[in-house]
Amino acid sequence: MAAPRTDAPEALRAKSLSKSYGTRRALQDVSFSAAPGELLAIIGPNGAGKTTLLQILAGALEPTAGSVSLDSRDVGWVPQQPAIYSKLSVGENLRLFARLEKVSDVEGTIARMLLQAGLNERAGDPVGTLSGGNQQRVNIAVGLLGDPSVLLLDEPSSALDPRQRERLWEFVSALARDGGTTVVYSTHNVAEAERYADRLLVLADGELLFVGTPEELERATGEHEAIDFEGAFVRFLRARGH
Amino acid sequence: MRWLLLKDLQILRRSPLLVALLVLYPLIVALLVGLALSSGPSKPKVAFANLVPSGEATINLGGRDLDATTYASELFEAVDPVRVDSREEAIEKVRSGEALGALVIPPDVIERLQGTLSLAGGEPPTVEVYYTADNPLKRRYVQATIDATLADANKALSDEIFKEAARYLNLIVAGGKLSLPLVGDVDILGLRRAQRIIDAAVAGLPEDSTSRVALEQVSRFARLAADNLDVSRPILASIGSPVRVNERAIGGSSSSLDVFGVEVAVVISLMFVTLLLAAGMLALEREEHAFGRLVRGLVSRTGLLAEKISLAGLCAWLLAAVMLAVLVGILDLGWSRTPVWLLALAFAALAFAALGVAIGGLTREVRAASLLAFMLALPIAALALVPSGAVGETLYDLIRIVSGAFPFKPALNALDAALSGGDLLAHLAHLMALTAAFALLARLSLRRFG
Repeated sequence: MAAPRTDAPEALRAKSLSKSYGTRRALQDVSFSAAPGELLAIIGPNGAGKTTLLQILAGALEPTAGSVSLDSRDVGWVPQQPAIYSKLSVGENLRLFARLEKVSDVEGTIARMLLQAGLNERAGDPVGTLSGGNQQRVNIAVGLLGDPSVLLLDEPSSALDPRQRERLWEFVSALARDGGTTVVYSTHNVAEAERYADRLLVLADGELLFVGTPEELERATGEHEAIDFEGAFVRFLRARGH
Repeated sequence: MRWLLLKDLQILRRSPLLVALLVLYPLIVALLVGLALSSGPSKPKVAFANLVPSGEATINLGGRDLDATTYASELFEAVDPVRVDSREEAIEKVRSGEALGALVIPPDVIERLQGTLSLAGGEPPTVEVYYTADNPLKRRYVQATIDATLADANKALSDEIFKEAARYLNLIVAGGKLSLPLVGDVDILGLRRAQRIIDAAVAGLPEDSTSRVALEQVSRFARLAADNLDVSRPILASIGSPVRVNERAIGGSSSSLDVFGVEVAVVISLMFVTLLLAAGMLALEREEHAFGRLVRGLVSRTGLLAEKISLAGLCAWLLAAVMLAVLVGILDLGWSRTPVWLLALAFAALAFAALGVAIGGLTREVRAASLLAFMLALPIAALALVPSGAVGETLYDLIRIVSGAFPFKPALNALDAALSGGDLLAHLAHLMALTAAFALLARLSLRRFG
């Protein structure tokens, strides 16, 4: 994995984001930034506020307080469940969203996305007939139609088998590595975060506990004996009362 | 098997709302459909204004005084009278829906009845009946009720007239005293006595003698008998219906029952197609998880609603227009009003589509949206068909408010006005207001649609 390009200009900045539902605070004063081509993983226990943070970054949810540096139209959004029409074919879904995104070369963009997602041969198939992995690829391809500088992925691999996960991360990593797209994703799979992310955001109860590399997180636990990354993460949370 | 049964029962026990809905919904729908389709209550409320001055309700028939109120009471055998003091008050009771109809006995009815029965000539007695023709079903019911009640009253009166006619005939045959207006008591010889006089006169006279007196008596009897038989004819003519009815509809529909059937069929079809389509299409956006993606800059929430309303409305409008065109052709209703009923259908389709998206906005998936649309559509249609006077005033007011808050009743009224003539603009304005209100409700519901 490439080293984080913290010296590069910011592709995305979130400033003091908070979100409340009545008296319940889902997100409290969260600030961070991401560089172009950086892979940023948001991890944390259930109910930590990961999806809420991504929805605010995507413009799908209004924050109670705080701001995001990018307009929602400049951000590619890939929700956890494929947000595409199962009765339409892969090509029809891409065409619909490309037109809604007001892409200048609709057919050229569709061809590029089909190639990039490895779905050329399935272009005419209804999305409902595809496997979960291929549906997620279409989902991501739709998120990339507007050629966004930042791609947000909510639990992108949660419904995939190991082989599909591997292919998905190859695809996503290539976007960041070759295309310079900043990718921010949430995951429950700590090993996946360690393996693919340049930096981690650790959220618990809506509070941002940590921003840094996986190695920095391991060091932050203060443990000197050899433990795996997941163990270090759990200890980190426990030490902070979560 | 039994464990599954136990599990399902446990689930039902823990879903009190579902169980209550399952029990109450069919009961409510059955009650509403029953109210809508029944011919009305067993004793419908009828406003009754008796304008005959008190103490002047007596008629003289053949020298005998009869109390007309005895016959008026026959009218109330089949109805529940709401007594009022004036014609205007009676009409207001009908307009407000408190009474199914109004019966007004004009002040001159006794005088006219006396004239008819005493052979003085003039206009026959006429009572006034008022009702609102909410729909042809109600009109038919009111007319049947009026016909039946007046037939009862007329029968009671005609029984008396029959008795009087029989007395006349007996007088002609047997003779006796007859009291005539302006003339006083007249001695009627009778056919039998005349026969005896003639026989006696004939027997006592020589072959060539002429007895003037006896023959004059016979002559007078013959004239009076002829006169009596002559005047009996109008009496007998009035026996069938001595009292006539002047029916007046206060507003409402003038459609025939056939046309009304067409209107109901088309509006019900339009309602179901539009509601299911609009609700389902909006709920589909949520079911497919596409809503969040669409509204983050690609399409506005209002734009999304407008698209769903337009598409559902257009599809349902086309279907309803074809359906109505076929029925208009079959019933030979003529094509001159086609643009008007196409306009009425378009406004109705838009209002139903707006209601549909409001339903779609409240549900998370297509199946739930369809179920809710069905559950809402049936009572709306049934409520709209409940005629005034079929239920109590307060309940009818409530029904009228609820019916007015949904598009079925105004759509039915608009189509009726379009097909049969009437105030279409008011109904179109009503539908437009409902379209705006439900679109606003749908827009508000989208705030929690994620």
